[in-house]
Amino acid sequence: MTFDEALPVIFMALMGISMLVYVVSDGYDLGVGMLMPRATPAEKDVMIASIGPFWDANETWLVLGVGILLVAFPKAHGLVLTELYLPVMLMLIGLILRGVAFDFRVKAKAARKPMWDWLFFTGSTLAAATQGWMLGRYISGFGDGWNYPLFAAAIAVALPMAYVLLGATWLIMKTDGELQERAVRWARIAWAPMCGGLLLISMATPWISETVRERWFVLPSIIALSAIPLMTVILLVAVRALLGTPTVRGPLAWLPFTLLIVVFVLGFLGLAYSLYPYVVIDRLTIWQAASSPAALKVILIGVCISLPAIAAYTAFSYRVFRGKASDLRYA
Amino acid sequence: MDALILARMQFAAIITFHILFPVISIALAWVLMFFRWRYLRATQPVDRQAWLAAYRFWTKVFALTFALGVVSGIPMSFQFGTNWPGFMERVGNVAGPLLGYEVLTAFFLEAGFLGIMLFGHGRVSERVHMMATFFVAIGTSLSAFWILALNSWMQTPTGHEIINGEFHVRSWIEVIFNPSFPYRLAHKLLASGLTVAFLLAGLSAWQILKGAAPLSAPKVLRVGLTLAALLIPVQIFVGDLHGLNTLEHQPQKVAAMEGVWETQRGAPLLLFAIPDEASRSNLAAIGIPKLASFILKHDVDAEIRGLNDFPGAHPPVAMVFWSFRVMVGVGMLMLAVSWAGWWWCRRCGWRPERLPRRLLWVVAGMTFSGWVATVAGWYVTEIGRQPFVVFGLVRTADVASTVPAPMIALTLALYVTVYLALLVAYVAVLKYMAEKPEDVIQADALERAQGRAAEALVEGGRS
Repeated sequence: MTFDEALPVIFMALMGISMLVYVVSDGYDLGVGMLMPRATPAEKDVMIASIGPFWDANETWLVLGVGILLVAFPKAHGLVLTELYLPVMLMLIGLILRGVAFDFRVKAKAARKPMWDWLFFTGSTLAAATQGWMLGRYISGFGDGWNYPLFAAAIAVALPMAYVLLGATWLIMKTDGELQERAVRWARIAWAPMCGGLLLISMATPWISETVRERWFVLPSIIALSAIPLMTVILLVAVRALLGTPTVRGPLAWLPFTLLIVVFVLGFLGLAYSLYPYVVIDRLTIWQAASSPAALKVILIGVCISLPAIAAYTAFSYRVFRGKASDLRYA
Repeated sequence: MDALILARMQFAAIITFHILFPVISIALAWVLMFFRWRYLRATQPVDRQAWLAAYRFWTKVFALTFALGVVSGIPMSFQFGTNWPGFMERVGNVAGPLLGYEVLTAFFLEAGFLGIMLFGHGRVSERVHMMATFFVAIGTSLSAFWILALNSWMQTPTGHEIINGEFHVRSWIEVIFNPSFPYRLAHKLLASGLTVAFLLAGLSAWQILKGAAPLSAPKVLRVGLTLAALLIPVQIFVGDLHGLNTLEHQPQKVAAMEGVWETQRGAPLLLFAIPDEASRSNLAAIGIPKLASFILKHDVDAEIRGLNDFPGAHPPVAMVFWSFRVMVGVGMLMLAVSWAGWWWCRRCGWRPERLPRRLLWVVAGMTFSGWVATVAGWYVTEIGRQPFVVFGLVRTADVASTVPAPMIALTLALYVTVYLALLVAYVAVLKYMAEKPEDVIQADALERAQGRAAEALVEGGRS
């Protein structure tokens, strides 16, 4: 493979990583948003404070991911977004509502606060559900027939549950006291639907797509590949077990969240293996969809300069705001 | 209405709503730096307190504006694919890297450091915090640089070659520094400065009228009026240069701006007219003879090319014609208000209590004048580019998506509803914050107290 041929692969990897970081990072703050109605007003403020410094940058990963799709795979960008026209619009409305509710709720009149809180919850839920729907449609290659929408609908329920679990474990890590106790309860509730959703995706993807079936269920690769689902199961069981012990509220508060991130990474690897080298399954490979190598090289220079910087100050930002989110406030 | 015009309307609605917020945050970031600097430099305790209050209050305005800018910017990266899939297929090699650089260098710089800028005071050192503010300011300005490079290239494309209908870059220097880019960038950055200047002055005048923020409002009013008075003549000069540049590269846009149908010598400057595409003439035209020729070519008898010279390749006239007049009219109003206001305030020794209330009302009335001028100017240049998406080379109709019209209409309605509601909320919250700045700061204190209470609860729970 020459460098020119490798360029689309590099960008596919970059796009995948951006999307993964987006799903994990915005996942926890969308999850926190969906948990909002279950908290008391004071707890709501702490929950918001725990995600306050991060959500802007978290959503920027989506812009980066879709941006790479746009600039590196323009043909796929057009195809995918034409297929997902309506859910994309709804997701954007959801993200807009929650994004602004975030700022308005502290600045508007106190009497309006419940309305903004409600919008924050609704926007988060709408964004998460439409993302699930789009994931379902995308994995199945935008197929027609009765089973495809059903599959997408199931994921539209499962993905928000995964986000809720992620959000709850984030709160376990970032809060204390009664709120933390509640977060543990919320996490326990969300655990089962999330596992169900993951199982469903793993079963349904090969059932729906022959390409995926052929890639997973052949010897000897199935033996090597079984590491992914096995590890996922072990991790999920470990998370559930942790949620049942008191240590999760003490020194191990960070562990469930971390384990869940690993689960997301594993799921991502499985998905990447299923799809590669397609950017739209069975329809468009990454080479067919890519921009000219000359254009990709120009973008790559920028990526090489900025990505380390982004990683560095993201780490810096998380370090500055480490610890429990008790008294964050605008300067 | 067909799908094309609906898609254009939807794109216009989304980009119009978006531009309202960056046009504030670009210049406001630098103004915040200035407030910070005045605070650190002030020797009198009263002054220190005033500049700190100004910084605190306007940081909140910035945070709110920035949040709206971020969320309204997210749809933009999707819009190319949903509305104009052919655009990236044809010119992706040019537009892709420019958009990519916008996202990479600028957006991340802003979003990443914003967290530290907004929440980090007290958690990081003064120097690091100042640096974070600086990076946010640099980021917002860099955003404008890349986006305007691409936008200008779409107006005056250079530095590319076309192979099998696909665009390839020959020289990046030529693509980025295309003929209209320097003028457009300067015009836009000045527009941002003016928008913020009137926002500062207008909101402060409102605070003085309502007796709020007695320490900081007079100081901010002075900063706003001075900034406006300094920038507006520069903007008029740069705008004129930009117009001359447009005349050179896009004569049909200027013909639409001036309502010139037939090529003519000594064209009049139309103050009022109803351009009519059906009869290809102006109805009820009132003009000053020969002035358009004089302004555009600095010669009263110079020839101005008319729209009829460009059959099927000129923009819709009325929208461009009227948007241009709105922009220029608001600009003239800005000149009058900022100079008269500055002079008056100076005569009163910058003591707000001595100012005539009528003047304060006028300044307050101009709070959002920058928005009107910016959007009108944006319409002149973008509608003026039609029917092309890349001027002279790619037609908008050829890159439109195949999404059925009713679906576009539905999402358009959805967007407009949400956006209008948000705009009302934004203005209402600004007004509320301006009238009750101490409430907003108290809310801070309350949040802190609640945080402490939560902590105390934890401590109690543990023991």
